[in-house]
Amino acid sequence: MSLTQWLLTLASIGLVLLGLLLIGAIMSYGERRILALLQDRLGPNRAGPFGLLQPVADILKLVSKEAFVPPFADRMVYTVAPIIVPMTALLSFAVVPVSEDGWLADLNIALLYVLALSSLRVYGIMLGGWASNSKYSLLGGLRSAAQMISYELPMGLALVGVVMLSGSFSLREIVAAQELPFIVLQPLGFIIFLVSGIAETNRLPFDLPEAENELAAGYNTEYGGIKFAFFYLGEYLGVLLIAALVTVLFLGGWHGPWLPGVVWFALKTLALILLFFWLRTSLPRLRYDQLMDLGWKLMLPAALFNLLITAVLGLFWMKG
Amino acid sequence: MADKDRTLLTQLQTLFNAVPVELPRDKIDTLSVPADRLIEAIIFLKHKAEPHFEMLFDLSAIDEAKRGGGLTVFYHLLSLSGNTDLRLKVSLPEEAPVLPSVCTAWPAANWYERELYDMFGIHIDGHPNLKRILMPEYWEGHPLRKTHPNRATEMPPYQLPEARYRAIMESYRAEDYREPGMSDEEMLLNIGPTHPGTHGLLRLVVRLLGEEIRDVNPDIGFHHRGAEKMAERQTYHSYIPYTDRIDYLAGIQNELPYVLAVEQLAGITVPPRAEVIRVMLCELFRVASHLVWIASYAHDTGALAPPFYAFREREYLFDVMELITGGRMHPNFFRIGGVALDLPEGWYEALQGFLKRMPAAIDDYQALLADNPVFRARTRGIGVLSAAEAIDWGVSGPNLRACGPAWDLRKKRPYSGYQHYEFEIPTATEGDALARTEVRLEEIRQSLRIVEQAMQNMPPGPVLSAEARYAFPRKEATLQDIETLIHHFIAVGRGMSFPAGESLFVTEAPKGMNGYFVVSDGSEHPYRLRIRTPSFPHIQALKLLAHGHLVGDLIPILGSIDYVLADVDR
Repeated sequence: MSLTQWLLTLASIGLVLLGLLLIGAIMSYGERRILALLQDRLGPNRAGPFGLLQPVADILKLVSKEAFVPPFADRMVYTVAPIIVPMTALLSFAVVPVSEDGWLADLNIALLYVLALSSLRVYGIMLGGWASNSKYSLLGGLRSAAQMISYELPMGLALVGVVMLSGSFSLREIVAAQELPFIVLQPLGFIIFLVSGIAETNRLPFDLPEAENELAAGYNTEYGGIKFAFFYLGEYLGVLLIAALVTVLFLGGWHGPWLPGVVWFALKTLALILLFFWLRTSLPRLRYDQLMDLGWKLMLPAALFNLLITAVLGLFWMKG
Repeated sequence: MADKDRTLLTQLQTLFNAVPVELPRDKIDTLSVPADRLIEAIIFLKHKAEPHFEMLFDLSAIDEAKRGGGLTVFYHLLSLSGNTDLRLKVSLPEEAPVLPSVCTAWPAANWYERELYDMFGIHIDGHPNLKRILMPEYWEGHPLRKTHPNRATEMPPYQLPEARYRAIMESYRAEDYREPGMSDEEMLLNIGPTHPGTHGLLRLVVRLLGEEIRDVNPDIGFHHRGAEKMAERQTYHSYIPYTDRIDYLAGIQNELPYVLAVEQLAGITVPPRAEVIRVMLCELFRVASHLVWIASYAHDTGALAPPFYAFREREYLFDVMELITGGRMHPNFFRIGGVALDLPEGWYEALQGFLKRMPAAIDDYQALLADNPVFRARTRGIGVLSAAEAIDWGVSGPNLRACGPAWDLRKKRPYSGYQHYEFEIPTATEGDALARTEVRLEEIRQSLRIVEQAMQNMPPGPVLSAEARYAFPRKEATLQDIETLIHHFIAVGRGMSFPAGESLFVTEAPKGMNGYFVVSDGSEHPYRLRIRTPSFPHIQALKLLAHGHLVGDLIPILGSIDYVLADVDR
């Protein structure tokens, strides 16, 4: 590759990164305003017009805080852990096709790549909880690990149906195969993937690793300043990623009449993000053992069942 | 009182050398029992007497230093089956008083006896864990003794040398979890005093195996303000604002038992209009208290929106409250002999406006909480209490009614004219957190019914008793004639003296049975004021409720018993 190509690639990577970080920041503002709306209050409306500069103020505040490491923490791991969380999410975006010809990398194993990165993400949270060396954080970290393991399986299994229908692991080809969105062909798979996705992002009603009422703030109790901001950012990027993946895998990605593909993609993703916010304000949190029961006793068999049905039906229909 | 009680009294006299004490002014049979026969008498009363006295309602003491010396410990027993009370008194010497523990009969006695030790320096023989409870471990002296200073200015300047500071900090350290006898896998988790799930300053030392709770030890006293001691230097009237702040979520509901106890002491009758106003405001405050409970409880389970909805409705209620009383959370509106002011213009319409919006709001809470599958899954079967356990632990109010007994003092012992209202007592049988939720939601509906009836049947007439010796003169009259002005001046400045005697009044507060025991020596100040709050035994019972559950259940269980730390610590 020539130097210009290198520079162009780097510039585009930088732009995408910046764009994603910006979206993450806007999401934090959006969530607070929308939650406020649903809860009959105003939300942040002081910084800038309509409070739009609130994320800027938040970031400035968090960055200017002292980079404090508790004396009892495992210094190395404590510092590395928060970086893992947003990093895995950011890396996953490389394979997400936003429109017919708008993607960064068209890996032929994109789906596996995304699942692998989402498994790595748990390390950030678990190690953060472990390295803090505080009891609340430890419990939060342990919960997180158990939760991720329980929800990874049904999540992966739910996707096998999609792979069967499209015959590819490439996200671009999966979207291309969706003349009819897979939500119609795989309704069960859609539900399982969505629920597992919420669990993967640690959002209500599955926010047990955080559970501020019982565990103070769970895995991030001992975190502050910019390290806390990383966890925070990671959570929003996770929501964005799951919403984008659901769009790509089940809602037909860029497909849609009249409007350009990117707009359709953005609209579908936005709708899913709003669903995430809505769930957060409406539902109480599940209990740890109930969460496990749901994962192993309901979601896993359901995913296997879905797989079986898809395989059997596929055998007859896709012969030719 | 019935003949049955008379036979009980003679039985007690012959069996345990009990001596009837001159009748106090609350018509509760009172007997003095020698300390060495106490346990036998207690066991007899709990298991054999007719009727059984199932509940230890209250246990505290009076320092008799100014009334002939020594200490008097009183046990207030309650018979739910016979709907009657009995007070046992034990006289102890001032120096080195010792009392046998009744923890074996009632687990609820544990904390009450610790309070006795803490406040009066009475050593309890055979107590499993005799430590200070409300005061910090390093406190010097026993605050409710008459020799203990009443104000900080009466004490020498406070000194805190470095070594003492270290010792104090050390006293808060939770015992090390590697102590012998505890397995290595157990973990000691210190929740609080400041923690998002404890709704105030409450420390819970939790012993965990994984996430399973092996033991919970609540550490209270962080909100102790010495309300009982303060009463001893206030006049009877000037203490009313303090009562507001005991259970600060139920403001006026605390004033009621206090003024009723004092009125009973002085034999004052309250004009009917004042009674109806009292009932109406009390029920509104029950709603206000339950609304905060909904909010905090929903938040405990992780639901984010219901707290805001419940607080919004409470805000509308406080607007009405402000119109009527001038205050919001702490109205200071009841007076001995009536209420402070007549209802203002426009109260009816304002209240009607509030009542109109409530049914829909309650349906919302019902949908968001009691009918929500996630919430039901979270709260069903946790913190289960059987009726017998509840009574043994001194549990009352909605928490008791959620285990079965329809024990509500508004029905069982109607006061302030509650017998004239039509309402139901919601009960449940499961005794778990979900049952408590459902009972309280229904209670809001019933309270609104009472408010509506009070509004429709508001009688005309004065709102303050004309009994000039005990009730304030009318303010309007003080502006007209000099006699009344002088009386008002003296009554407010110096206070009014109330007849000597002892008077307990118990009401059904939003959180349970709330009792004020006023001991008067005939002066302008209460000689001793005992406040029996419902939250104190409720928090004590947490140990029983949380055992064996997951740490994620602890906070919902705690939330489901509806307590206020100020009500626990006083």
